[in-house]
Amino acid sequence: MSSHNKKGSEDIKSIAAARKVALVGNPNVGKSVLFNVLTGAYVTVSNYPGTSVEVSRGNAMINDQIWQVIDTPGMYSIHTITEEERVAREILLHESPDVVLHVLDARNLERMLAMTLQLIEAELPVILVVNIMDEAEQMGLTIDLELLQQRLGIPVIGAATARKRGLDEIRQAISGYNRIAPNHFNYSRPMERNVAEITQHMSGSYILSPKSLALLLLQQDEEIAELFKKWDRDGYEELAGKVRDIIFDQRKSFHLDLSMERKTIVGKLIEDVITVPEKRRVTWGERLSTMSVRPVTGVPMLLFVLYFGLYKFVGEFGAGTVVDLLEKKLFEALFNPWITGVVKAIIPWEILQELFVGEYGIITLGIRYAVGIILPIVATFFIFFSFLEDTGYFPRLALMVDRLFKRIGLSGRAVIPMVLGFGCDTMATMVTRTLETTRERVIATLLLALAIPCSAQLGVILGLLAKAPGALMVWSVCMLLLFVLVGLLASKLMPGEAPMFYMELPPMRLPQFGNVLTKTYTRMQWYFIEILPLFILASVLLWLGKITGFFEKMIIAMTPVMASIGLPKETAVAFIFGFFRRDYGAAGLYDLQSKGLMDARQLTVAAVTLTLFIPCVAQFLVMKNERGWKVACMIGLFVSLFAYGSGYVLNKILMVTAIL
Amino acid sequence: MKLSEKAEEVLEALWVALEEEGHPFLDPDTMDFPSDDPAYRELTGHTLIEIRQGMIYFRPEGREEGKLTIRRHRLAERLMMDVLNIRGDEGEYKACQFEHLLNEGADAKVCTMLNHPSTCPHGKAIPPGDCCDEARAAGNLGVVPLTEFRSGEEGTIAYIHTEDHKKMQKLMAMGVLPGNRIILLQTFPSYIFRVGYSEFAIDTNLAREIFVRK
Repeated sequence: MSSHNKKGSEDIKSIAAARKVALVGNPNVGKSVLFNVLTGAYVTVSNYPGTSVEVSRGNAMINDQIWQVIDTPGMYSIHTITEEERVAREILLHESPDVVLHVLDARNLERMLAMTLQLIEAELPVILVVNIMDEAEQMGLTIDLELLQQRLGIPVIGAATARKRGLDEIRQAISGYNRIAPNHFNYSRPMERNVAEITQHMSGSYILSPKSLALLLLQQDEEIAELFKKWDRDGYEELAGKVRDIIFDQRKSFHLDLSMERKTIVGKLIEDVITVPEKRRVTWGERLSTMSVRPVTGVPMLLFVLYFGLYKFVGEFGAGTVVDLLEKKLFEALFNPWITGVVKAIIPWEILQELFVGEYGIITLGIRYAVGIILPIVATFFIFFSFLEDTGYFPRLALMVDRLFKRIGLSGRAVIPMVLGFGCDTMATMVTRTLETTRERVIATLLLALAIPCSAQLGVILGLLAKAPGALMVWSVCMLLLFVLVGLLASKLMPGEAPMFYMELPPMRLPQFGNVLTKTYTRMQWYFIEILPLFILASVLLWLGKITGFFEKMIIAMTPVMASIGLPKETAVAFIFGFFRRDYGAAGLYDLQSKGLMDARQLTVAAVTLTLFIPCVAQFLVMKNERGWKVACMIGLFVSLFAYGSGYVLNKILMVTAIL
Repeated sequence: MKLSEKAEEVLEALWVALEEEGHPFLDPDTMDFPSDDPAYRELTGHTLIEIRQGMIYFRPEGREEGKLTIRRHRLAERLMMDVLNIRGDEGEYKACQFEHLLNEGADAKVCTMLNHPSTCPHGKAIPPGDCCDEARAAGNLGVVPLTEFRSGEEGTIAYIHTEDHKKMQKLMAMGVLPGNRIILLQTFPSYIFRVGYSEFAIDTNLAREIFVRK
């Protein structure tokens, strides 16, 4: 999500002089929660320059000092592999934070301390936050933080940020941070000798310590090598030669040796620091987790979640009750007549009146659709999605479907953008960047563009077809079949390797109400800034089309196309709307149906074609940003032809079989 | 007993013909060398085979020797393919040379290193040796891929075998490090394992690359 907070850039400027604290650590250790608690309201989320990775920044008053807080993407090691990790390290390298807060999960202290070692070794100003202490204690683990602090030689704080525990200590540690030399941790003699041989070729002073840089070079870190090329133009060749020699000498097991040596050091560090209970305690979260991943209990659980979350909450409550209340009661009965009166009183010209309150008026159509229909559906969906996200259910869902998704060329990981797509395909298309290979990203983008209806569209279509149960059935079967068919074809035809699947399963927990709301709010904000202008633009264009008569011509031009798939010519309007927003188009169908212009067969064909049809303008633009013009246009063209073709075939089948 | 290479080839051919293909005897004309080759005399001299009406038969001692010879040949094939990654004709050729070195206990060592394989790369049975029987009796599975564990089983990570460096580093960063204890929690629909207090899910292909010891 690119920066939408208009105040954002000013905020950053105004606090440019402020001191910086960067939060780093593995994914799922509570960095973002800590970030939210520290920063409060003024937050900007923006893409890190030149990448598609998001970085949140905000400022915080910490004991009367202004600090800029940076929430870096999750990283496992400062030797980076993924783009997220690269961005996190870029921040450490180029923004020279005054304090680096390493947040880790108390239960996995042993595993995660390896990165603390790396940060200390890099001579960064590290404070260690041992988070999620509450859950560790529930499991019977005890951690001697005092002893750990002595051994590491850096400040160590125990916390449970989700329960607001340890926050004052963290603030105190940040504002009172005094750089002291941490303890040194030495590797085996051969390893140290290798490092020394390289550091003696380094002359300048760098942001990270020479030892840390030497180890990164030995791990064949290309970015660090590039940096040295810039820093050290004359000496680089010699340095690189030395690095190559050692890499070759140690080629058999350098990475492994280094990891093992770090493991040994950590092992000594945590001796007597951490006491594990004799018998492993099983928490309710773990029991639930086990249930969710066994097919026998997991599938019913998934159906339960879908039924109550999607159908009951989003469908019946959001798209039913709330839409009824807002659209019918508030807009049509009260607001629209009132605003029409007001506008007619102010603006004397009928043509201009039409622009605001006419059939396609900005207020009576654009705002009504956006606020009355789309807002409740999308809001309830995002509440559902954010809630589920915070329970830790998605990785479990991912592993459940991995086998099936492999058939359509995707890994289980892709289930997250797919589910999100049911909320907003545009946002989901952006999330496809978390997939590992380009092949997977393209397939996911295609499937999102084609066969995943977004919540707004889904709400309208369900409402549209609800009166004819058979139609709903046909529509669902069509969507499912086409999703699988196109997925199977894409995985056969797209070149590239089959995806691999690995995922950490964060513990399942009961989400914090406040967190879910914050997430929902951020998503809603993004969504509205993205779509409201489009709705207004669409209203203006439709109004222009109407007053210039262009619209009439378009409808006449499209009549044969509509007729070929058995639809009345008025549906052309819905399809033209549909180009701006698919749900907008579907909402247009809704109006047609209310007027009694279509029978069940026509409704079904129109709904299927429109669902498959060109994604909304916003999604197309995101496709272009994420995949480039060429892929976006190819997908767009394919989707249009495929939608029309499917509509044509479906119409023929329905006519011949006469099942509707 | 140290036999010439040709004599060993005769024993192998004889084993395949009699034990695997069910022929009553081996016709020396099907071999690559003439039927008056000294290898035959060498074998009859050791009372391993007998020749009746120009056709070759096993003597009881020879059957045992044939079994060991074919075992050495197929172990050599596995070694070429699995460990040295030499495949195809070249692998076959090298295996033929290598098998002759696998005597006097070297075969048991190679067999243990390969974790007592039961078939050669072409899918033919490798007759089990004493080392295989001992390992079976002791219930010692040795080092096996994670896919061979049952859910609930616990072991120690022995090594990660992958040609993809990044993949290996990713796994190591997640805590999949030799020496760490690993518990397999589930095998279907995906593999779920626990290292320390963290759980991970991986697909079958990755699970095949993590080798564990019970």
